[in-house]
Amino acid sequence: MKIADDVPSALSALDRPNSYIGRSVPRPNLARLTQGRAQYVSDVTLPRMAHVAFVRSPYAHARIKGIDATAAKTVPGVIAVVTGAELEKVITPWVGVLTHLKGLKSAPQHAIAVERACWQGEAVCAVVARTRAEAEDACALVVIDYEELDPVTDPETALDAATPVIHASLGDNLTFERKYEAGEVDKAFAEADEVVETTFRFGRHTGVTNEPRAIVADWNAGDARMTVYQGTQAPHMMQNLFAKHLGLEEHQVRLLTKDVGGSFGIKVHTYADEMATVALSKLLRRPVKFVADRIESFVTDIHARDHRIHAKIAVKRDGTITAFEIDDLTGIGPYSVYPRTSGIEANQVVNLVGGPYKCPNYRARARVVFQNKNVMCQYRAVGHPIATSVTENLVEMAAAAIGMDPVEIRRRNLFADDAYPCASAAGLRFEKLSHHASLDKIVHMMDYDALRAEQASLRARGIHRGIGFASFIEVTNPSAAFYGVGGARISSQDGATVRLDATGAIFVATGVTEQGQGAEAVVAQCAASAFGVPLDKVRVITGDTDNVPYGGGTWASRAAGIGGEAAWQAGKALRANVLAVAGSILQADPKALDIRNGVVVDADTGRERIGLDEVARVAYYRPDTLPPGFQAELMATRHYVPRAWPFAFTNGVQASWLEVDTGTGFIKLLKHWCVEDCGTVINPQLVDEQVRGGVVQGIGAALFEHCVYDERGQLINGNMADYLVPMAPEMPDIEVGHVVSPTADSELGAKGAGEAGTAGAPGCVVNAVNDALRPLGATVITDIPLTPDVVLGALGKV
Amino acid sequence: MTERFHDIALTVNGEAVRERVDARKTLVDFLREDLSLTGSHVGCEHGVCGACTVRLDGVIVRGCLTLAVQCDGATVETIEGVSDLGTIADLQAAFQARNALQCGFCTPGMLLTAAELLDAGAMPSREKIREHLSGNYCRCTGYHAIVDAVEAVARARAKHP
Repeated sequence: MKIADDVPSALSALDRPNSYIGRSVPRPNLARLTQGRAQYVSDVTLPRMAHVAFVRSPYAHARIKGIDATAAKTVPGVIAVVTGAELEKVITPWVGVLTHLKGLKSAPQHAIAVERACWQGEAVCAVVARTRAEAEDACALVVIDYEELDPVTDPETALDAATPVIHASLGDNLTFERKYEAGEVDKAFAEADEVVETTFRFGRHTGVTNEPRAIVADWNAGDARMTVYQGTQAPHMMQNLFAKHLGLEEHQVRLLTKDVGGSFGIKVHTYADEMATVALSKLLRRPVKFVADRIESFVTDIHARDHRIHAKIAVKRDGTITAFEIDDLTGIGPYSVYPRTSGIEANQVVNLVGGPYKCPNYRARARVVFQNKNVMCQYRAVGHPIATSVTENLVEMAAAAIGMDPVEIRRRNLFADDAYPCASAAGLRFEKLSHHASLDKIVHMMDYDALRAEQASLRARGIHRGIGFASFIEVTNPSAAFYGVGGARISSQDGATVRLDATGAIFVATGVTEQGQGAEAVVAQCAASAFGVPLDKVRVITGDTDNVPYGGGTWASRAAGIGGEAAWQAGKALRANVLAVAGSILQADPKALDIRNGVVVDADTGRERIGLDEVARVAYYRPDTLPPGFQAELMATRHYVPRAWPFAFTNGVQASWLEVDTGTGFIKLLKHWCVEDCGTVINPQLVDEQVRGGVVQGIGAALFEHCVYDERGQLINGNMADYLVPMAPEMPDIEVGHVVSPTADSELGAKGAGEAGTAGAPGCVVNAVNDALRPLGATVITDIPLTPDVVLGALGKV
Repeated sequence: MTERFHDIALTVNGEAVRERVDARKTLVDFLREDLSLTGSHVGCEHGVCGACTVRLDGVIVRGCLTLAVQCDGATVETIEGVSDLGTIADLQAAFQARNALQCGFCTPGMLLTAAELLDAGAMPSREKIREHLSGNYCRCTGYHAIVDAVEAVARARAKHP
């Protein structure tokens, strides 16, 4: 078993005695998770709790002419059958727009469809019963009179005059358009030695969290309070939204999130059926539970990607890349998702294409259109896999066109490691990246030259293996620039409160949330290190809006970089407070004291002076022995938000080694490497596992995952037997390496690591497949998922 | 049988259980809803993801593809019972040390499936481990760490049987 070395780091301001920064300590919550003693929302039951099931539209687009619930209401156990029109009196509709995405428009969306269903799977009626099974029994008896309407399904024709407009009030089906131009693009293309032009297609896919979305809403009419148990990434955001649309004050809503069975961006959005569940609880004055089943998940969990991009690259014979140009078209379903909107992914594609390279000439257009399919929104690595694939596939196609090695063309074009600070052609500002050091490291890790030699010798024997790379950048630690400036009530700052208990342990309440990525461990490490206690003296509290500092939660790779820094600062603040008490007790200068391993010591010699349990005892039980006027403050709160940079960009590079069976089109992944730079590494093992999990999610997109819709807007593979996800046998071992360029925006210097794997893997795998097939005269593959059928098509065999 | 409800008697985690169950109720729903054993999870309800894996008469089965009524007279073990017995404590410790889980939702099923392979003895290759876990979906880890943890336990058990 390869466990990352757990040795104390030896450096810098973070190098406090018994520091846990940089150490692979195990997560505190793993024991309960391995013993079946977790508490996911799907496990929650409450007194008087009822279950809701939804009747969902079988049509992509239909007018609801009538709903007859007579028979359904007679089913044993049924408590209520509620239509959209009835629920509208309890919860107001919403519109998913942000003001900084200029021109972005959407239509009001209801918790349950009113008059019209706009995608297959939209809830049109709710049945509440004593059990889920009884609710489903009754759903089957709800008679709905539909008039099927023409669906809009193809983004390519969504803006044609002949295509119906989904929301008449909006005038057309255009959600959002962005154009961008920098440098002299036409000149660069005219003067290029080679221009490679192609079209990329990225299949729709979805998150497939192992625990489906789950919510229990408990309206207590006596307290006039709504307590919501929800598997969410952003409890405070949801508190605000539930309050707003139910007509409550925020303090009347409490969000509780304990264990969450996977999120990946799926659980950071507003879902109509979850809003309906909360409204039903208020309407019925009792707890109501909704857990999506897998079939519902496929037609209601947000989908992502589904972009068609015409793209081209200009390159000189010496390998200099002189221009990128893209035209992106994406269909996002009938509504822009609330409150983060469905314009962000296309916007990110425009921002990120060409991002690792010093090429100054760039033109981009992105159009986002409505269609009658399930909604699309932000999913792990938002926009990055698309932008990285387009960029990196173009770069390797350009390299092939001029006969240059794919590593060499990157060496000639990546931003130099001493070029920072600098900005990309798209205007992204980089504080400090390490593209060349990362590339050098991965070339060394994979023994590139030996691999090329092996590839050549196997090729001679009719075995076709390929090597592909993908350099990437990743947006992490977002400031208010991401959502706040656009008017969304989504916090970019986060807080931590550290409290000394009466026996010398600390409680750390944090606004960031645990989704399995290890936020609890990282927050504990930061607080323990800054304050000075062993990790077993730290208890972390997350996911309770009544009891944690206000914060944004977990998204955009922010939990460690932002939540960790807040915990670090709060730990330091509490150390100062505790040393003030200790100094008073010891008649010593607090500045001459420190806390190490749970004991107050002389800072210069390390001599033990007084235990934290004794300090706490005096402060809590015998404050009468402290000097008059001295008040012990054994709780400290600090907040943090990045201010110097809108985002802490990270970077890295991935490589894939695979074999293509040219007879069947099957691809065997042999090995995958990733070198990434997330700044200070707080817990190496957790970072590596974020990368590995992310890579596999990206491989899923590259090879398997695809929400397939027919021309009537029907999802035809919405189950786990037909929608393929990566399973253990098909996945390779993944080696992870690091380069460390800390951000100076925080004391810790940590950037995010949650999405790097997903960002780079698809483009890297596609490059490797094309590398394997290129000598066979295959056409270059630019569509994912890259199925055996696509491979055989490229080889001209089907 | 035309009766909808049936009386069943079985042993669950060493305890005798008598319940009246709906004929359509799955074993995993029975464990979770009737016995409050929420360590077995419901991920897909059509036999693909493996989150509901439990032991039925010593053999792992999908709790979502087995009906509770089929378990009359049977012995069922879930992650809660196996944890209390301590029989997979080494595997659980390896999963923790190697961070072979993130959200943990697949973990009970993954552990019981891996335990079956380890109980068969021999020293499985990484390919064999991956193959044995082929019916257990994990969205978080990418599987590498899980394979590492199972491999480490196999190695340790081979040294100290």
